[in-house]
Amino acid sequence: MTLPLIVAKSLRQHLLSTVVTAASIALAGGLLMAVWVVKTQSNDAFTKQNAGFDAVLGARSAKLQLVLNAIFHLEASPGNLPWTDYEDIAKNAAVALALPIAVGDNYRGYRLVGTTTNLFSVEHAPGRKYRVAEGEEFAAGYMEAVLGSFAARQLKLKVGDKFHPYHGLNFDEKQKHEELYVVTGILEPSNTPADRVIWIPLEGIQNMKGHDAKSAAEISAVLVKLKNPIAGRGLELMYNKQGNRLTFAWPIAQVVAELFGKIAWFDKVLELVAWLVAAVATGSVLASIYNSMNERRRDIAILRALGARAHTIFLAVVLECAAIAVLGMVAAFAVYLGITGVAAHIIRTETGVVLNAFAWHPILAWAPAAMIGLSALAGVIPAVKAYRTNVAENLVPVS
Amino acid sequence: MPLLEICQLKKSYATPDGGTLVVVDLPEFKLEAQTQVALSGESGSGKTTFLNLIAGILAPDSGSIKLNGLELAGLRESARDRVRATTIGYIFQTFNLLQGYTALENVLLGMSFGPGADREFAKSLLKRVGLDAKLNHLPRQLSTGQQQRVAVARALANRPKLVLADEPTGNLDHTNAGESLKLIREACRENGAALLLVSHDREVLAQFESVQELGKLNRAAK
Repeated sequence: MTLPLIVAKSLRQHLLSTVVTAASIALAGGLLMAVWVVKTQSNDAFTKQNAGFDAVLGARSAKLQLVLNAIFHLEASPGNLPWTDYEDIAKNAAVALALPIAVGDNYRGYRLVGTTTNLFSVEHAPGRKYRVAEGEEFAAGYMEAVLGSFAARQLKLKVGDKFHPYHGLNFDEKQKHEELYVVTGILEPSNTPADRVIWIPLEGIQNMKGHDAKSAAEISAVLVKLKNPIAGRGLELMYNKQGNRLTFAWPIAQVVAELFGKIAWFDKVLELVAWLVAAVATGSVLASIYNSMNERRRDIAILRALGARAHTIFLAVVLECAAIAVLGMVAAFAVYLGITGVAAHIIRTETGVVLNAFAWHPILAWAPAAMIGLSALAGVIPAVKAYRTNVAENLVPVS
Repeated sequence: MPLLEICQLKKSYATPDGGTLVVVDLPEFKLEAQTQVALSGESGSGKTTFLNLIAGILAPDSGSIKLNGLELAGLRESARDRVRATTIGYIFQTFNLLQGYTALENVLLGMSFGPGADREFAKSLLKRVGLDAKLNHLPRQLSTGQQQRVAVARALANRPKLVLADEPTGNLDHTNAGESLKLIREACRENGAALLLVSHDREVLAQFESVQELGKLNRAAK
């Protein structure tokens, strides 16, 4: 009971420095946890995200560009392919479903993606299809649109609302199309990039006024679901090795993993920065306690005069440092939720990929353990100073 | 057997010029259990060093300090801490109360390192010194006289066999000094503790039946 009392009293007596030091631990700990969780979760989310498809067929290009454009609705389209290529792959015995898409327009920055109503039969996750939560599906050939849940919320569009598409993938007020589309439905949230897309009939994009006339017989890509994912190897050989006109991006996870492989150095830098911040914060615990040792000498001498052993004082100082870290790490979870929440919002807005700040990750256990351990370790230096405090000199003047 | 028996006790300090300053050189001193002795001593007579040697806060250069039959001079620091925590109460001129702790917590700390915290006994001690209404007051919320009384209660908290008092009335006015001295002596008597008090105040010394002059006992002070 005595040690906790001594530690609690000391924390309270040095309240300002306790709060400031704990705050620096909170910021560092929160940053460390957030960096790790955002990094790991985005890596997992992107590499495991396939929106319900196994492969993408598109014009000859880099696989990554094709996947980013067709699955994540990022990047520019690498080019179009003739409708007949869609018909060919759709008939292939290895293919369970082929979904043609056409891109090229937007509404206030949110992409319009033309496709068929087969979209609504795709399972984006086991047992979960792209389902209209409000209203109804669009009808082929009509100027109707079904909005992804995130796009609808951000654009504040509801069923029955009408809008004019804009030409291009980036919003430019001068590029307004004449056609007027009506919102017939809103998709239920799928936590896939489809949530931030405006889905319209394929013919809508193909026949939009102002588009090149030959685009009426072209599409941007084909999203492919295979009967057996292994069958992708044969198609890859056929399109990528034997042919030279098209690219078959398969498997999607591996293509995205290559992207993360390329930016792995950035992850390392981020980790290093986070660890440096954590080291500086634990150093601040050392500095804070060490700098206050002069004003603590008298109290230490009094405690020793009352019979406290030197190692009790040593332990009290180490525990005080650990206690500051404990307080800081409790607050660090609030910082972590704040940073992760902002990061998740940005990633969702930009890519449609959803991160969950409340999901368990081992860093949430070992970062606090590491910070508390490092702080206690940092406390050893002032603790040694406390251990060596000359009792007689600091108690009363020698007469 | 005396409670405290000192023989050929020496303590010196190194001086800045590389020399040695002998502060205590005391051939012999004895104190019986449950007795009260005052030591008179002027500044420089080595009285605080002498009390710190008895309390085990300082280790002697040579000589013997037997307290309750236990030789302190040969003990390691941690063992001396243990003796101090269980056998000795110390009242300082400047009280040395811990400023962040309440009166009750200060007294509880006086027993925590020895026999262990006994809240009821701590309260009874504070009641004995007239502070039962100030248990949760911090030292700065108490008058000087009240702070002195907390220090007295704390010195008795570990049920010591010996209470050392170093100029305990030095910071008090005339009225408070008289009352405080009376309280210290009565409280020691009631708790069966011997009292060794050092002071240079003639009025304080006059209250004691047994007064010894440290200046004469300590050869280093001559």
